[in-house]
Amino acid sequence: MFGYYLDLALRSLKRNKVLTALMVIAIAVGIGASMTTLTVMHLLSGDPVPTRSGTLFYPQVDGNPTPGDFKQPLDVMDYQSAVDLWGAHRADAQTLVVDSPVRLSAPGVNLPTLMPSMLSTTSDFFPMFDVPFRYGSGWSADDDARHARVAVISDDLNHKLFGGRDSVGQVLRLRDTDVRIVGVLRSWRPSPVFYTVAGGRFANGDTADFYGKTQDVFTPFFTGLELNDGNFQQFTCWHMPERPGHLQNSPCAWVRLWVQLGDAGKVAAYKQFLDGYAAQQASLGRIVRPQNTRLRSLMQWLDYNGVVPGDVRLQTWLAFAFLAICLFNMIGLLLAKFLRRSGEIGVRRALGASRGAVFAQCLVEAGLVGLIGGIGGLGLTLLGLWLVRRQPVAYADLAHLDVSMFVATFVTAIAASLLAGVLPAFRASRVAPGLQLKTL
Amino acid sequence: MELRPILSTLRRHKTTAWLLILEIALTCAIVCNAVFMINHRLQHMEMPTGIDEHALVQIQLAEVTPSPDIYARAREDLAVIRQVPGVLDVALVNQLPLGGSSSNASIKLDPEQRQPTLSAGTYFGGNLAQTMGLRLLAGRHLQPDEVLDADVVLKALATGDTKVIAPVTVITQAMAQRLWPGADALGKTIYVGPVGVRVVGVVADLARANAYDDATAHYSMILPMFMGAGKDQSYLIRTRPQDRQAVLKAAVAALKKADPRRVVTEQRTYDEVRDKFFENDRSMAGILVGAIAALLIVTALGIVGLASFWVAQRRRTIGVRRALGATRRNILNYFQTENLLLATIGIVLGMVLAYAINLFLMLHYELPRLPAIYFPVGAIALWLIGQLAVLGPALRAAAVPPVVATRSV
Repeated sequence: MFGYYLDLALRSLKRNKVLTALMVIAIAVGIGASMTTLTVMHLLSGDPVPTRSGTLFYPQVDGNPTPGDFKQPLDVMDYQSAVDLWGAHRADAQTLVVDSPVRLSAPGVNLPTLMPSMLSTTSDFFPMFDVPFRYGSGWSADDDARHARVAVISDDLNHKLFGGRDSVGQVLRLRDTDVRIVGVLRSWRPSPVFYTVAGGRFANGDTADFYGKTQDVFTPFFTGLELNDGNFQQFTCWHMPERPGHLQNSPCAWVRLWVQLGDAGKVAAYKQFLDGYAAQQASLGRIVRPQNTRLRSLMQWLDYNGVVPGDVRLQTWLAFAFLAICLFNMIGLLLAKFLRRSGEIGVRRALGASRGAVFAQCLVEAGLVGLIGGIGGLGLTLLGLWLVRRQPVAYADLAHLDVSMFVATFVTAIAASLLAGVLPAFRASRVAPGLQLKTL
Repeated sequence: MELRPILSTLRRHKTTAWLLILEIALTCAIVCNAVFMINHRLQHMEMPTGIDEHALVQIQLAEVTPSPDIYARAREDLAVIRQVPGVLDVALVNQLPLGGSSSNASIKLDPEQRQPTLSAGTYFGGNLAQTMGLRLLAGRHLQPDEVLDADVVLKALATGDTKVIAPVTVITQAMAQRLWPGADALGKTIYVGPVGVRVVGVVADLARANAYDDATAHYSMILPMFMGAGKDQSYLIRTRPQDRQAVLKAAVAALKKADPRRVVTEQRTYDEVRDKFFENDRSMAGILVGAIAALLIVTALGIVGLASFWVAQRRRTIGVRRALGATRRNILNYFQTENLLLATIGIVLGMVLAYAINLFLMLHYELPRLPAIYFPVGAIALWLIGQLAVLGPALRAAAVPPVVATRSV
């Protein structure tokens, strides 16, 4: 039966080519626009570490000693709080994170000096965030303690400096210090670069820069602070630091701490520990708002920072409104088309076709339009994503269609056109056979 | 034109007519809001900065090894740049209007206040106002002898011995109006942290580096502090607009010659700074224009499609009307009036919907209220598009010969 309906649908579509083309174009354009924005939305609002995100948490204490009614702690921590909490080792794993631009050269590589971004972090960073390695590995807790002169570099930098070969054991000069490469990452592009996200609520929706590339060099935390002293950037300060760029024991917030907590019990225990630490520091007079502590999960933290850029959300709304208009358009055209065939439908009904059969036949025709529109929509989605890739935004290179969105394109197109077909098909199935036959 | 026959025909095609009306309404609502958003972005992109934009270039350097004396280093660099032919003035700046990365301070009118009154962009520098070409409205600029090295100021603040420093500032007109509406700001004191700072001058404008919000974009102050060489500081050079590229090149060469071991991290004209700041707004405005065009085309095609159908369906009726004496113009007018009627109902609904969408956007995207002018303009645009779209099918209807009436199907 389905084959017969398909044949009828093809004949009907062929009969009025202009109208068919109009419907197909409408659905293709609507699908193209909405799938392009939905793909971008899907990329930007996804989980940056799907394997671990449920166990990653971002502790905050309010290190700002200025009195005032601040409802939220600062987005990042002061040095002392961060290092104290890290040093307590109360979580399954914990890592300190701070980034800074560093001057980099490689002896024996004929390239001008680079100014990449360096992440100073601790040994747990790599296992905690499930960071993939191509060569070598991260460093040990012992290296952290010894302020070892070692580094891990990104896949990008390894290509730029060493043409992609195994560069473990090579030496890099970071500012004036030589460090030995112990690991090279596989290409790693968490979206967003979640571990340095902060301050998103002050960005007025202008958060595209959270989706840039990761840092190119990773060094042990204290090693990084030593070798790049004077080049660190505060998140904020309550007084001017004495020496700009040197922030240990400065009145500034600039260090981030991430912890891994395996289950709900551990989360509750860690929150208690965090409160206890704030209360103890309050009794020492260093903290004035001990109640201002937070332990947000990774996804809560991203949500709190509103990481999905406002423009992207706006584009998604716009695209779906657009799809809605395309659907209205299609409903109108299908309705006109089906009712114009009232005579033919009347004959079919008089010859014994049930209402359900007429309804099904009309829906097959609508679905066929959806399928053809979906193919067109796929092309337009690819075109749309190509346009997104040419936009001057940090996430531009991420905009590619994956399998799930590829399938979603067709599902949406056919679902949308079936939805558009329901009303016209219902009306067509209500055609009274007698009346139509009389007028023939 | 008689409306009754049109209405009675439409009553027989209620569903189809309503679909067309809804499509027009939705298009009208979205187009009104999209045009409004484009306008809003364009306005934002035209934000004045108060500086002499076309005469300025920026150079930023990163040190290889930290200089033992960053202040002497910066003074040497300034002297080197001043020697470059074409340089009219040069200043060390910690941030640029619309530069993105910003330095801000919370301002209080009373040191005991629990919440700061406002947050202002803090520019540090001596002849910064002269180099940028700021227009002084009242008072004076900062004097060279008031500008102290950051070290000296910070030490004085740390020890509480504030006699050696001159706590004075120049603020923008916008900030003065916000702090003391209608009053003279000169001589008044603001508190930056615990330090009282006296206002000695008011400039017409100086936009902030992070001017994302139009409401607070012009709250800036200049403090008499010399920051010394550092990765966040840059040299701002004033020259003649036509000399910018040559001066930029010559100045970079002169700085490299003075110390070849430095990395130039930024060398650009101020126009490039502005372009970069509004890059996203520009591309978003482009996307919105594209979306509006596509929407109007889809709606127009929908009208063409439905009108063609109606014309084909009513061929016989048209023939009868023609045979009974209706002129071609009558038939043409019939379809035009029908479209006008549907478009009008759609536009009225669309306006209500546009207002509702605007309320939603005001809540979520901090957009202002939709100005009333958009309603008539949007209405005229949709009427025109409706009439253009229906013209083809209507002409075809008018061309139906009366003889059709005499033929059977």
